[in-house]
Amino acid sequence: MLSVEAVHSYYGKAHILDGLSFEVRRGEVVALLGRNGAGKSTTMKSVMQLVRPRQGRVMFQGADLVGEPSYRVAKSGIGYVPEDRRIFTDLTVMENLEVGRQPARKGAPDWTIEQLFDIFPNLKERRTNRGKHMSGGEQQMLTIARTLMGNPLLLLLDEPSEGIAPVIVEQMAETIKTLKAEGLTVMISEQNLHFARAVADRAIIIEGGEKKFDGSFAELEAQPEIRDAYLSV
Amino acid sequence: MAFFFAQLLTGLANASSLFLVASGLSLIFGVTRIVNFAHGSFYMLGAFIGVTLMEVLPGHFGFWGSILLTGLAVGLIGAIVEIVVLRPIYRAPELFQLVATFGVILVIQDLTLMIWGAEDRLGPRAPGLRGIWRIFGEPVPKYDIVLIAMTPFILFGLWYLITRTRLGVLVRAATQDREMVGALGVNQAWLFTGVFALGSALAGWGGALQLPKGGADLLMDFNIIGTIFVIVVIGGMGSLPGAFIAAVLISVLNVLGVTYLPSSTLVLMFVVMAVVLIIRPYGLLGREEVAGEHGQVGAPETPIRPYGRLGQAVIAGLLVLMALLPLVADQFLLILTIDMIVFALFAASLHFILGTGGLVSFGHAAFFGGGAYAAALLVYHFDTPMEIAFLFAPLAAGLLALGIGWFCIRLTGVYFAMLTLAFSQLVWSLAYQWRAVTRGDDGLISIWPTDWLSGTVPYYYFTLILGVGGILFLRHVIHAPFGYALRAGRDSPRQAEAMGIDVKRIQFAAFALAGVMAGLAGGMFVFSKGSVFPTELEIAASFDALIVVFLGGVKTLAGGVVGAGFMTVVEDWLTRLEYWRLLLGLVIIAVVIIAPEGIVGSIRSAWARYRGTGDEEVAK
Repeated sequence: MLSVEAVHSYYGKAHILDGLSFEVRRGEVVALLGRNGAGKSTTMKSVMQLVRPRQGRVMFQGADLVGEPSYRVAKSGIGYVPEDRRIFTDLTVMENLEVGRQPARKGAPDWTIEQLFDIFPNLKERRTNRGKHMSGGEQQMLTIARTLMGNPLLLLLDEPSEGIAPVIVEQMAETIKTLKAEGLTVMISEQNLHFARAVADRAIIIEGGEKKFDGSFAELEAQPEIRDAYLSV
Repeated sequence: MAFFFAQLLTGLANASSLFLVASGLSLIFGVTRIVNFAHGSFYMLGAFIGVTLMEVLPGHFGFWGSILLTGLAVGLIGAIVEIVVLRPIYRAPELFQLVATFGVILVIQDLTLMIWGAEDRLGPRAPGLRGIWRIFGEPVPKYDIVLIAMTPFILFGLWYLITRTRLGVLVRAATQDREMVGALGVNQAWLFTGVFALGSALAGWGGALQLPKGGADLLMDFNIIGTIFVIVVIGGMGSLPGAFIAAVLISVLNVLGVTYLPSSTLVLMFVVMAVVLIIRPYGLLGREEVAGEHGQVGAPETPIRPYGRLGQAVIAGLLVLMALLPLVADQFLLILTIDMIVFALFAASLHFILGTGGLVSFGHAAFFGGGAYAAALLVYHFDTPMEIAFLFAPLAAGLLALGIGWFCIRLTGVYFAMLTLAFSQLVWSLAYQWRAVTRGDDGLISIWPTDWLSGTVPYYYFTLILGVGGILFLRHVIHAPFGYALRAGRDSPRQAEAMGIDVKRIQFAAFALAGVMAGLAGGMFVFSKGSVFPTELEIAASFDALIVVFLGGVKTLAGGVVGAGFMTVVEDWLTRLEYWRLLLGLVIIAVVIIAPEGIVGSIRSAWARYRGTGDEEVAK
C-alpha cells in the first residue's frame, strides 16, 4: 500500500533520513521504532510532504507523492496524527472534527461522528468544549478522531502514547486494535517497545535515518543485541 | 444633549462602512498573516466602481444592486491579486508580503487614475433616502439611519459565516495552524484565495456604501488605511467583534473630536490605540501571537558572517571609488549620491533593529525626522552653530527612541509595529500642528551647514565619512557580543532568557541605537537640503525605509544599503515618467516575486548554489 523508497530528507543542512526504505501492507499495523532523533517523525512528515524529500520516492496506491502538496496526500487517503497533536485550541470538539471531515472513500471505513463517539466516549461529553480546555489524553483522542473524519485508508500515528497517563495508554492500545479490526492500515511511531508490541504486527527500527531492522516482534526477541543497540529500554 | 445624540448617530453611521473595511482586513490577516497595506486600495476601487455602476443602473434597484455588484467585482480583483502577487511569496520571510502589497497600492493608484481620471467624484444620493429625519429636533440624514440599522445585520452575517459554516470553521482553524489544516486534506491555497477575495469584497462594499456620504477620490486609499489598521489593532487582529467595537469607538471619538477638540483630529485615534496597546498588548479582544504556531517558521536563519577576502576587497574598492567621485562627477550626481548615503544610513539603522533585532518598526521616520527637526529647531530659533546643532540630531533622536521604546518594547510582532506607528504619528502631528514652534507644513527653512561645509564637495565628504562610518559602526555592533545577544533574543527569546540575557533590555538598547543612527541620518539630511518639513515624519517616510530594507534583503547586512541605492536610482529614473507609480509598483512586485530573499539575499543564495554550498531549503 505504502512504499518508501530510498528517501533522503533534510532539515536545513541536517541530513535526517538517509536513504530510508520500507513498506506498509494493506491491513497491517506497523510500528516504527527508534530513539529520540532517529528520524521517526521526519519519516511521517516525509510521507505527508510536510518535509519534502530531496531524493527518493514515496509510493502510495501506485502514485508517487513526492512534490505533492500535503492536502493532496491527505486526499489520496493518508491520515496523519502529529506528535504534538496540533488540535485547534480555539475550536470546539465538534468544530475540530469538522475541519477533518472529508467525503467517504472507497475501500476505507466510513466514520460518522456517532461511531467516533463510541470509540472515544470522552469526546461526546465534551463536544462543545474548546480544545484548549481539554486534558492531554483527551486532546490525543480528539486529534485521532479528527483525522479519522477524513476516512483514511492509512493512518500515521506519531508517538500516540507519548505524554499521556498510563490508563489512557491502555485505552489507546485498544483503540488501535479497534481501528485495525475496522480494516484500517496503521503505522505508529513509538519509543515504547511494550506498547508497540501490544498493538503492532511488525516492527521497523531506524537509527540515524537508516533502517536497522524489519521483521516480526518474535524475530526481534530473538536478536536482543538489536534491541540493545537501537532502542533505549 | 440632542446635538450630542445627533453627533453620536453620525459616528455610528460612519462606523458601519469602517467596520466593513476593517473586518475584511482582520479576516485576511487572521488567516493569511498578511499585513495587507493594499486594503485601502480595494476600498477606493469599491468607491469608483460603485459610482460608475450607479451612473449606469437606475432607481432603487440600481443603487443597491450597484453596491452588491461592486463588492463582487472588488472581490474578484482581490482574488486575482492574491493569485498573481501573493501566492508565489507565502513562504518568504514574515512581513515580506507587505512590501508586495505596497507595490499593489502603487499599481492600483495609477490604474485608477488611468481609468477614472484625476477628478473627484461626488457620490449619488441613495434613492428615497435623500432627506433628513429630525431626532430630538436635530437633523439626521436618512441614509445615516439606514446605515446604522444595517450594521447589526452585517455583523450578524459575518458572525454567522465565521461561526456557523464549514468555511468559517476552516478559516478559524487556518488562523491557528494552516499547515495542519492542509495535512487534513484542505487545499489552503484556495482557502487563502477565498478569504482574500471575501476580505477585498468587504472593502469594496465599504467603499460603495459610503458613497452617498462621501464620494470617490484618489487619496481615499491612503486616507483610510491608517484608520483601518488602528481599528483592527485596537480590536485585536483577527477578531471581528473586536473590529466592530473599535470601529464604533473610533468613529464616535472622531466625530466628537471634530466638534469639541478640533486640533486633536490628526492624532486622536493613534492616542487611543497607544493607550489600548499599553494596557492590553494584543488589542481589546485579540489573543497573544506565538511565533511559529501558524506552521510558518521559515527556514532556519543562516548566521551572519563577516565578508570574506573578496567581499572586503569589493567594498574597499567601492569606498575608494566613492572617495574619488567628486573628481569626475557633476553637481547633480554628487547630490544624488549624498541622498543615497543619507537614505542608506537611515535604512541601515532600520535594518539593524528589524533584521538583527527582529523588531519590525513601522514608525522609524520619527527618529530620522525627529533628528532633523531637533537640529533645525536649534538653528532656526537660537541660531545655534551647525557644529553643535548637528550633534543634537542623533542625541535627540536617541532620547526620543528611549522614550518611545520604553512603551513599545514590551510588545511583539504586528502590535509592536503598530505602536511604533502610533508614536511616529504623534511626533508627526506635533510637527504639523504646533505651528508656533515648528511652523507646521511651512517647514523650517534656511538650515544651511557652516561655512567650511557649505560647498557640495565638502558636504559630500562630510556625508560620506559619517554615513559610511555609521554603517560600519552598526556592522561592528552586529558582530560584537551585543549583536549576538540581540540575535539570540530574536531567534529564541526563551532560550536567550534562560542563558541569562535580558532580552527586553538588549532590545531596548538596540532600539535606542537605531534611533541614534536614524537621527544622525536626519541631521545629515537637514543640512544637505537646508530645510525640513513634516513629510519627513510621515507614515510614507517610514514605509519607504521599510520597503528598501525588505527589497534589499532582511537577512543580509548589506540589505538596507543596497536597497537604498537601488531605490534612489530607480525612483530618480522612474519619476520622470507619467505613470511612474504603476511602473514602480510593478518593479517592486517583480523584485518581491523574483528575489524573495531580497536583492542581496537572493544574489547570495544564487552565488552559494553556484559554488555548491547552498543552504538546502526545508519544504514546509
